[in-house]
Amino acid sequence: MNGKVVAIISGKGGVGKTTTAANLGIALATLGQKVVCIDTDIGLRNLDVVLGLENRIVYDLVDVVEGRCRLTQAMVRDRRYENLHLIPAAQTRDKSAVSASDMVRLCEELRSMADWIVIDSPAGIERGFRNAIAPADQVLVITNPEVSSLRDADRIIGLVEAEEKGPAQLIINRINPEMVKRGDMLSISDVIELLAIPLIGIVPEDETVLISTNSGQPVVLNEKSKAGLAFLNIGKRLLGEEVPWVSLNVKAGLLSRLGQLFSGET
Amino acid sequence: MTSFIGRILKKPPSSALQAKERLHLVLVHDRTDLSSEDLKKLKDRLIQAISDFVEIDADETEIQIQVEGREQTLIANIPLRSPRRRRK
Ligand SMILES: Nc1ncnc2c1ncn2[C@@H]1O[C@H](COP(=O)(O)OP(=O)(O)OP(=O)(O)O)[C@@H](O)[C@H]1O
Ligand SMILES: [Mg+2]
Repeated sequence: MNGKVVAIISGKGGVGKTTTAANLGIALATLGQKVVCIDTDIGLRNLDVVLGLENRIVYDLVDVVEGRCRLTQAMVRDRRYENLHLIPAAQTRDKSAVSASDMVRLCEELRSMADWIVIDSPAGIERGFRNAIAPADQVLVITNPEVSSLRDADRIIGLVEAEEKGPAQLIINRINPEMVKRGDMLSISDVIELLAIPLIGIVPEDETVLISTNSGQPVVLNEKSKAGLAFLNIGKRLLGEEVPWVSLNVKAGLLSRLGQLFSGET
Repeated sequence: MTSFIGRILKKPPSSALQAKERLHLVLVHDRTDLSSEDLKKLKDRLIQAISDFVEIDADETEIQIQVEGREQTLIANIPLRSPRRRRK
């Protein structure tokens, strides 16, 4: 096995990195891939609760790095999918507990065990971010269609380029078609034009995200959820499948709406 | 069509359009680390330097940053005074 490492970053906090990491991890697992998700948000761990695996943690990332346990001991197995594992972040330490070379070494070992290693990263452009991209083969940048997250995304895209990890691929999260239609939200084509990197996902604003996170059952497991479908499609695109953007809008008669979502024209 | 009606009714630009235009400027500044003040100074010095070699039309000189994808290019448009005009 020669697993690929995907880092999920954003610059600004709260735009949906952890939600994406959890759902993408499960999406890839349902598509038959062996997946390890790593939470590198040391001190503010959350990927465990979003995945619904918080009760099964014994060891964490820092335990592995500091040699208190073997790598496989820190890999929490998901009961729903035996090919999905989580390496949780330590909660009582800070970002300095792990270095970029620790991450590279760890991921080298994981590549032989999994098809995909999905890294959830902390907000910011400091050490945590650098740790996350150091081992990455592919970098996914999450943004919301809104000025500050977009500006921060642009900044971090530049840093990824400078580290020669580019081009990053873009996920636009929490887009609200009604607002785009009214001219009160940047459209997908506006965002692409501004950030100028390839698009890999469009995830609508969707209350089922919160509802499913409440119960620790990521939204991608909900077949009726548009956001869930969007995450599944990102997984398929990572596997090289060409998924039409149209399938985002599952209801009939919304084709024209999708056009508006892209152009923002009314 | 809508924009035509919009123009007649003098509709203000949509908030999305405002966001886009503001972001466009902010991103150029962030990426290049050049403020509009810097750009003005740069223009003045450029005019000075070039004037040492050839006579130019300083008032018509324009300098701007052109964005293409993630690449920024500094574009200077510097009209040279024609020899005929120079004579008179
Ligand atoms: N598409 C969506 N629709 C509705 N809510 C969403 C969507 N994506 C994310 N959220 C909500 O936004 C909040 C922040 O998401 P999340 O924790 O994934 O962000 P983050 O980038 O990991 O934040 P941090 O920078 O703090 O780690 C959560 O409450 C999540 O449920
Ligand atoms: Mg997070």
